[in-house]
Amino acid sequence: MRQSIVHWFKFASPQSFYPLAGRMIPWFWAAAAIFGISGLWISFFVAPTDAQQGEGYRIIFVHVPASWMSMFIYLVMAFWAGLGLALNTRVSGMMAQALAPTGALMAALSLWTGALWGKPMWGAWWVWDARLTSELILFFLYLGFMALQAAIDDPRRADKAGAILALVGVVNIPIIYFSVKWWNTLHQGSTINLTKAPSMAQTMLWGMMLMALAFWMYSIAVALMRVRAIILERERHTEWVKHAVE
Amino acid sequence: MLNVSGLACSRGERRLFADVGFSLDAGEWLHVQGQNGAGKTSLMRLLVGLSPADAGEIRWRNEPTPSIEFRRDLIYLGHHAAVKEDLTPLENLRLSAALDGIALDERAALAALIRLGLRGREDLPVRVLSAGQKRRVLLARLLTRPAVLWVLDEAFNALDVAAVKLLGELIAEHLAHGGMAVLTSHQPLPVPGGRTLVL
Amino acid sequence: MNAFFATVRRDLLLALRRKSEVLTAVFFFVIVTSLFPLGIGPEPVLLKKIAPGILWVAALLATLLGLPRLFAADHVDGTLEQMALSPSPLGMLVAGKILAHWLLCGLPLVLLAPVLGLQFDLDASALGILTLALLLGTPLLSLIGAIGAALTLGVRGGGVLLALLVLPLYIPALIFGAGAVEAHIAGLGAGGHLSLLAAMLALAVFFAPWATTAALRIALE
Repeated sequence: MRQSIVHWFKFASPQSFYPLAGRMIPWFWAAAAIFGISGLWISFFVAPTDAQQGEGYRIIFVHVPASWMSMFIYLVMAFWAGLGLALNTRVSGMMAQALAPTGALMAALSLWTGALWGKPMWGAWWVWDARLTSELILFFLYLGFMALQAAIDDPRRADKAGAILALVGVVNIPIIYFSVKWWNTLHQGSTINLTKAPSMAQTMLWGMMLMALAFWMYSIAVALMRVRAIILERERHTEWVKHAVE
Repeated sequence: MLNVSGLACSRGERRLFADVGFSLDAGEWLHVQGQNGAGKTSLMRLLVGLSPADAGEIRWRNEPTPSIEFRRDLIYLGHHAAVKEDLTPLENLRLSAALDGIALDERAALAALIRLGLRGREDLPVRVLSAGQKRRVLLARLLTRPAVLWVLDEAFNALDVAAVKLLGELIAEHLAHGGMAVLTSHQPLPVPGGRTLVL
Repeated sequence: MNAFFATVRRDLLLALRRKSEVLTAVFFFVIVTSLFPLGIGPEPVLLKKIAPGILWVAALLATLLGLPRLFAADHVDGTLEQMALSPSPLGMLVAGKILAHWLLCGLPLVLLAPVLGLQFDLDASALGILTLALLLGTPLLSLIGAIGAALTLGVRGGGVLLALLVLPLYIPALIFGAGAVEAHIAGLGAGGHLSLLAAMLALAVFFAPWATTAALRIALE
């Protein structure tokens, strides 16, 4: 037991995490490519045309996984941030910093594809739907996190301040989500509901799952690449980085 | 009572100092010396618990710091004025005591200000006082706040000859009563005894 | 607890010596709410409908205006450092500062809101709900804002950054605060909204001073 704890903490140091991340990255890229290609093939060629929505519905194969990832990445980011704050491990803060841009990208992608889907379905690029609105707020939270970290010069202080913000955000996300949802039902703007799609065909579900897995693998691969870059930047004055870069 | 060992600190990528250690007992004081940028102020801020050390340990009465007990025994005066310009010296002194949870009546506060040579200035806004007088308002806290460990960073700056002598007397009195002090300064200090730490 | 009240007294005394800083936020609130009818047109039905939203957004922005000053002055002159080293728990002193901030920035808005509501032709009972909602909501704004103010203390471009961090977190307060008045006007009863506001306030009273204290200690490092 004692030994396994020591084993895990070994990777909390940037020096040992750097090569480990380097070894993992190609595998995650390969998995992302395999899941992505098969997912796209199913969603474009195998999944049947939707009776009500026509071909336009196929955008949900990107939209839904992107929305899931945007929410999930915030949780993971807050987890790393909290871990860094509690245990003072340096890699945790770097992981949180590396995840934020991917999370923001996913939120932006989700909003963008949502708008593209909304135009033919609802006849408008934007409706103040509860999900869209909370996704927009989530996007703002990512921007705030990145802006705060960018504004603080000392990386250790940036990590800690960002961690507090991420934790405050994670407490607020459910409150924001339910308040927006309530606000939406009170005002009864749109009555169209995404989830009401009647009994999704089996192949559609497969396509969605594969695409979600592809997004997962992509996010992990990109976050690991970014964390490697952050490690090099922050540890550039140490001996091992000078050797590693050669 | 104060035990410091293996203390290390870096600013950004630059290592300021490593493996700094010393200990102080009742009636002793330490003179921290070093060139500009050697890390004197950083050491002081580490010592009082404002910033975390890269490595090392600071123990007070055999307990790790920072703790509420340590803060109760500690007074730290840094580079900042640490007085409110819009308040009078008397209000400054009494409010900072109240914030620290110490009852300080007007007579005692006034006596401290008079000892620091601020008679007749106690009801003026600090804004209109000179730099040296502002410093004296801050130093009056040494008299009103019962503390064992005084950590004074460049406390002799901006003081005239009389005030330097007075502060020297205050520190000597404090040490005679079993207090301790850690001081930084570029000049020789008018306090007898003491050990020196060069960074 | 004495240290808590001493902090409140200190900050109120300081504000008394610098009255103009307190009044700016109040004037801002009055002017912004008066701008909306000028921009939208004097249609009474429309104005009455959007009044709760306007008053709440204006209160939110007015609170935001005073936030950068919450810790900045104490940070610059070093008194914040002394507070962090005080034998009194820093969380207690921070809570005192937040209460003082609300008394100076939030309470005037609560008291002014019914008068401004008259400009929008809100009836007496709606004005009552508006005041009550603001009474529960403005302390929430001060509490959440304090976290942002502490995080951006001494940071480049702190003021704008503060708005970016804090405004998304203000959304639930805005929704339930303005929603309470709207629900009351629509005849649905404002009880649910007000209790949720009170619940969020209770949560924030518990957590916000703690998070603010942690952020301040980081800023002082």
